[in-house]
Amino acid sequence: MGLLSKKDLKLITDPLADNNPITIQVLGICSALAITAELKASIVMSIAVLFVMGLGNLTISLMRNIIPPKIRIIVQLIVVATLVIIVDLVLKAFAYELSKTLSVFVGLIITNCIIMGRFEAFALANGPIRSFIDGVGNALGYALILVIVGFFRELLGSGTLLGFKVLGDPIEKTGVYAFGYENNGFMLLAPMALITVGIIIWVQRSRNEALIEDN
Amino acid sequence: MEHLELFFKAIFIDNMVFATFLGMCSYLAVSKKVSTAVGLGAAVIFVMAITVPLNWLLDQYILQEGALSWLGEEYATYDLSFLSFIMFIATIATMVQLVEIIVEKFAPDLYNSLGIFLPLIAVNCAILGGSLFMQSREIETIGLALNYGVSSGIGFFLAILAIAAIREKIRYSNVPAPLRGLGITFIITGLMAIGFMSFGGMLTGGDEKPAEEATAQVEVVKEATEIANNEKEIKE
Repeated sequence: MGLLSKKDLKLITDPLADNNPITIQVLGICSALAITAELKASIVMSIAVLFVMGLGNLTISLMRNIIPPKIRIIVQLIVVATLVIIVDLVLKAFAYELSKTLSVFVGLIITNCIIMGRFEAFALANGPIRSFIDGVGNALGYALILVIVGFFRELLGSGTLLGFKVLGDPIEKTGVYAFGYENNGFMLLAPMALITVGIIIWVQRSRNEALIEDN
Repeated sequence: MEHLELFFKAIFIDNMVFATFLGMCSYLAVSKKVSTAVGLGAAVIFVMAITVPLNWLLDQYILQEGALSWLGEEYATYDLSFLSFIMFIATIATMVQLVEIIVEKFAPDLYNSLGIFLPLIAVNCAILGGSLFMQSREIETIGLALNYGVSSGIGFFLAILAIAAIREKIRYSNVPAPLRGLGITFIITGLMAIGFMSFGGMLTGGDEKPAEEATAQVEVVKEATEIANNEKEIKE
């Protein structure tokens, strides 16, 4: 990696594991839970967040010296809102069905705390290139959790992955269904997303004991 | 009747936290103590009671297709709904700054305990979510919009109060170390959300289908216990 120095590389790898935005920083949970019933929706949401975070961090970092501190939140929100409108219109034009599934949650990327959190914590204090890398890294960490949750919920809930029937056909009783396997419809309901993320946190913290909280 | 139905629906059935997962970030971050949770919950009710009707007016008279017709004939075909994200969030951010100034002036203790999270109400998904759901559910009158804002806020208030109370108690329990703090909170929230799902039939009066599912589940449980009993017998 001649392009990235070691320090810059750390900006990408850190959020993937030890400083994950969802499981450690507790940012951006709202959307992570609501749209993960299907893997496809999770992936599209991740790409949208990647786009908004990368460019948003870059823009805020470029503007950091001219934003008056008192009104910075409004400025940040306007920047994000503009980027999100672009994403929303692109989705409506090229993936209308999916944009219906995501419904208001595309708009809610604006208030996704992960974006504001990184603006406040990083982009306001660092140069544009490092901010861009930080944005991409955190979006990837977010995407990682979304994809894991989406994978398990779709696989166990409807027996499909990206719409393909990987476990066989539940009506014609092929594949694992021939042995009496049933889909766990409960996985598709909202509460299971929370419990799945809880289990991810459990696994992560038992592997790395430095992350365990006090109480 | 319409008002009452919307009120209960927004609090229990479409609860901001448990049904749509909005406002999760502040819900998790500020729920360590009941007193701060109450403060944040009250702030959310207040901000939503103002922003939802305001955004309703914006939506009706500026953003919707044909909404500009009050300006004159030639504006009747304009559709500015693609601007709704920016307009809504600008209204919300302004209102939040106002609330922040008021709280800092009249309740400095509360201001200090809320800390960073008061400005973050602006980016509380529940607030923007309230406005966006108001738009997508096509709420008809401003009275209903006000009602929707207040009752969604109350839903959030209830949720954060409940989890804060549970977290205060759970501090004395022996939770497995890796689950402490965030992990157990997630799982408890999940269980609470399952509980809140049972409010689903409250307004429809319940229909045939869920009952069938319930009996099916009972049968499954019966089978499972029978199998377990058989296994026991075999072992013995």
